[in-house]
Amino acid sequence: MTDLRVEIVTPFGIAYQADVESCHIPGALGQFQVLKNHAAMLSLLSIGSIKIIEKTGSIKYLATSGGFCEIDKNEIRIIVESAELSDTINVDRAKEARERAEKRLQQKMDEVDIDRAQLALARALNRLKVAKFR
Amino acid sequence: MATLREIRTRISSIHSTQQITKAMKMVAAAKMRKAQDSILAIRPYAYKLRDLIADLTATVSENSGVPLMEGRPVEKTLFVVIAADRGLCGAFNSNIFRSLLDRLKNHQQDEYAIYTVGRKSYDFFRKRNYPIEDHKINFFNWLDFQDAVEISRNLVSLYKSKKYDRIEIVYNEFKSAISQLVISEQFLPFKPDEESEQDKSQVDFIYEPDKKTILNEVIPKNLNIQIWRMLLESNAAEQAARMTAMENATTNAQEIVDKLTIFYNRSRQATITTEITEIVSGAEALKE
Repeated sequence: MTDLRVEIVTPFGIAYQADVESCHIPGALGQFQVLKNHAAMLSLLSIGSIKIIEKTGSIKYLATSGGFCEIDKNEIRIIVESAELSDTINVDRAKEARERAEKRLQQKMDEVDIDRAQLALARALNRLKVAKFR
Repeated sequence: MATLREIRTRISSIHSTQQITKAMKMVAAAKMRKAQDSILAIRPYAYKLRDLIADLTATVSENSGVPLMEGRPVEKTLFVVIAADRGLCGAFNSNIFRSLLDRLKNHQQDEYAIYTVGRKSYDFFRKRNYPIEDHKINFFNWLDFQDAVEISRNLVSLYKSKKYDRIEIVYNEFKSAISQLVISEQFLPFKPDEESEQDKSQVDFIYEPDKKTILNEVIPKNLNIQIWRMLLESNAAEQAARMTAMENATTNAQEIVDKLTIFYNRSRQATITTEITEIVSGAEALKE
């Protein structure tokens, strides 16, 4: 039997790669869990946390800012623009980003800027949330 | 003829210039290394994204509903020039300007505009009164993925607003430490890579949500990564060009120092010889 393999790829290299027990993924239509022999699937990812249960039973959390994931033949390929393990998240930076985004939301702006600030806020909040699972 | 002291000053001044060029070469080499590593790091991500797009475009029948892939008759083109923020890197900047100027000869003034990336390209085209749509300057030193995202987002919104019907990017590709190549690529409308378009044996994938929504998400992501790649390539190429230029400058400085040293020794010797002759002839004169 082959194992379930997870590979998380970002523009800065491979963020995580291992054989795992299972993996929770923040899909665009809702969170879902992938176990061994999952059906082939392609899904959008929203901002959220990826939870990985490793072979040893220990649990890893990663904060992601959205992307895609492809599941095929017991291989999960997660293709995202950022993925940070909970213990490598820079909490101070995330807090700064949150404040910046909140400040910008209070000013009057056109729609595009509001969208951007809201996304930035969501990313910062997500980071802070995931950073708590150390 | 220059006095001995003048020559000495000259030698030491050239020597200190040489030390600066030597240091700049080392710095450029280190920065080039770093840039090369980043280029390697994005590869797996870029390839995966490309395969994904190839799969999706192969199975989505028509491209309608994917605005970034729909072409339209080209009336106005936007040229994006990626050059450096700084000079002292040989012909790096002027090569890219020359190549773009050649291209522009075939266009009327009202058919295009330029989006300059890097301070050198902004200065160059602004001084010559070319139509500039926008510019992004002074960021290569702290190059960040967000810079690429910002540029890509601007370009996408310019394309979507129909201000431009085609966007092309001109940049220096990093071929090796000693050679750079000016490359021009179409950025929008988006064309999937020809090479990777072979059809993989299609398993019945579950798509969540549907293919078109995914495609509309994946294309902007891919554009981000393309801009990021080009910025990194250009940055690596710039550092490589600077490294070569500074290497040459160091060698040239050494040559001048060598020549001047020989000249200095020769004139010193000549002065001594003259002095001895004077003393000897003075002594001879006293004898008589």
